[in-house]
Amino acid sequence: MRFSRKALGIPYGIFLLLFVAAPLAVLFYYAFTNGSGQFTFRNLTGFFTDANTLGTLFYSFALAFVTTVVCLLIAYPTAYFLAHSRLKSKSVMIMLFIMPMWINFSLRITALKELLTMIEGNLACYPFLNSVLGMTYDFLPFMILPIYNVLTRLDQSLVEAAKDLGANNTRTFLKVTLPLSMPGVMSGVMMVFLPAMTNYVVLDMLYNSTYIMGSLIGSYFSAYNWHGGSMISLILLGIICLFTLLTDTDKEENVRGGTLL
Amino acid sequence: MEKAENIIELKAITKIFNDNFTAVSDLNLEVKQGEFVTFLGPSGCGKTTTLRMIAGFEQPTQGQILLNGQDISPLPPHLRPVNTVFQRYALFPHMNVYENIAFGLKQKKTPRDVIDKKVGEVLELVDLEGFEERSVSTLSGGQQQRIAIARALVNEPEILLLDEPLGALDLKMRKEMQLELKNMHRELGITFIYVTHDQEEALTMSDKIVVMNDGKIQQIGTPEDIYNEPRNAFVADFIGESNIFNGIMTGHLKARFAGGVFDVVDDYPEGTRITGVVRPEDIIITAPSEGTVRGTVSDIVFKGMHYEITVESGRYEWVIQNIRTPEIGAAVGLKVDPNEIHIMQAEDHTNYFNVDMNKEHRLEFNGHVLDADLAKIIKGSSRNAAGTLIGANGEVIDPAKVRIVAAIAPKDIEMTDNAEESLVQGEITNLIYKGDHYSYVISTDIGQDFIVDDEYLWNMGDWVGLILPPDKMNFSVKR
Repeated sequence: MRFSRKALGIPYGIFLLLFVAAPLAVLFYYAFTNGSGQFTFRNLTGFFTDANTLGTLFYSFALAFVTTVVCLLIAYPTAYFLAHSRLKSKSVMIMLFIMPMWINFSLRITALKELLTMIEGNLACYPFLNSVLGMTYDFLPFMILPIYNVLTRLDQSLVEAAKDLGANNTRTFLKVTLPLSMPGVMSGVMMVFLPAMTNYVVLDMLYNSTYIMGSLIGSYFSAYNWHGGSMISLILLGIICLFTLLTDTDKEENVRGGTLL
Repeated sequence: MEKAENIIELKAITKIFNDNFTAVSDLNLEVKQGEFVTFLGPSGCGKTTTLRMIAGFEQPTQGQILLNGQDISPLPPHLRPVNTVFQRYALFPHMNVYENIAFGLKQKKTPRDVIDKKVGEVLELVDLEGFEERSVSTLSGGQQQRIAIARALVNEPEILLLDEPLGALDLKMRKEMQLELKNMHRELGITFIYVTHDQEEALTMSDKIVVMNDGKIQQIGTPEDIYNEPRNAFVADFIGESNIFNGIMTGHLKARFAGGVFDVVDDYPEGTRITGVVRPEDIIITAPSEGTVRGTVSDIVFKGMHYEITVESGRYEWVIQNIRTPEIGAAVGLKVDPNEIHIMQAEDHTNYFNVDMNKEHRLEFNGHVLDADLAKIIKGSSRNAAGTLIGANGEVIDPAKVRIVAAIAPKDIEMTDNAEESLVQGEITNLIYKGDHYSYVISTDIGQDFIVDDEYLWNMGDWVGLILPPDKMNFSVKR
């Protein structure tokens, strides 16, 4: 048999089949069956009629939303400053923002926990705030880098053109710099919002006992309710797909803008 | 208030960048209302920096920029009544054609119906009616350029600044746009300040050309002035092709250069060091006996409208343009109508001469090996163990492909009676007393003139040897 370039795809094809397609099929099977293996929509309707699960969905959304906004408010000015500074130590500065990503995640959160305990005394008093802080700490670099990438690649003659045509600094920023950096903002939001909805380890470690989507799914599986757990996973998948479609309307912009690293 | 005749005046402008690079130094310029002025020069000459200072993107380190008599140097770009057409168009990619053009008017809070009307008019001016809703990324380079011009013109600026706007277009498109820009300028009556490194573009379009080099103005004049009466060797060399020779005035309206004595029309005192400039199309090829200088045809290239003929005369090279051509190797004479020789007083009188590289990769002049390290002259080269010269990319350097020009100042050449110790011998054909020294012209037996300064008196017609110390020579690599 002749070796063709297609053969190079075989390892990944096997991986895809075993660890992506097959689990997804299993997920679908469990989501739409009951304990005795019969087809049902009960799991789906159950999710949207149960006050607890809906509450968790809302809480996850709120947590992810606030985290994303806080990250954005810190990341955009930082990225803007980094992109426009003429510092010789620019690469060092960027390093400083990336370096936490190289330290083990649980170690970082443990450190944060100790710090917050020192400040707040009892961590249980501010569970939402602590979770937002933990997640912001964890996800901030994922917001800074794509925005930084877009801003450094922004053609400065466009900024000059805006000023030349009579726009002051504020209007130049609002009409040119900001719209043209949206692809970076969008990929940053994707990188922060979706993990923030599910990363329950941060909550666990910071003693926030409220469920978010990740912990909710975990709880179903540890209670051997595979059918309910699968359905929630599937719903989350649906939300993520919807989110991606909404933010990815302008394909051309995204190619030009920066996805991470 | 009386309206100033000069719309813009640059007074003693100097720009020094943070890294201590002087981009523009002590530049003075006046531009009249409605003129088409071109800044012309090689890259890095300061032309774009000057334009950016007028636009407000750079602040002059020293000096004033007066617009209608008012100093505008402290104003930020958005408050200046000038608009720029950028080199790479700089159209906003997130806006359509209409929004791009309307951008400036919107900043001035112009009513919507007025904007609509003006955008329509200006699109008509650039021949792109009906393009309002098009996305800029769907436009060709030429169309984008027109939109960029429209976007600037719609604001009715007092001055339109154009920064190499045609650089990204292909030749045919560029020629078209040159004429269109010229027509627009005529129709609108706005002052245009145009930056280019393309001398032909500058000659075609401008009312006034400002030739710049090393941050300084070399010459200001009409295209005809600049072409016919270049003020120095740089301008002559940069504008059009030229044969440029160093020489000396040997009598009233007589100049000696390139191994011959030419009748000229520029009157300088005898003994003045001069640079002679002859355009390739002004050289007449004659029979050997009738020419002012003689030579041999060494190269002929057909250029479509004419032939480009290279003639070797002694150690000088002449480039000639003619519609007819002799054969390669033919002996010819060259003469030039006195009116077509442009004589300039020379700033310095460095002697330039070609030196050869021999097979052992040593420098040679007139059969003598020069004590100079070629590895230091050719950038990135080095000698291997066998003494062979290796280029930056590891290739063996071919002596035939490198031309090296040596430069030596007149005061560094010594004259001697002893032919043994000299590199080259010749006859003293001219001498002038310069107060504290004599200035000699030595016409050597290899066909090259040397200018030598010496404090001792020699006589006309003396046969002398010249000592050229290699450590006093500056070498540069050509081609």
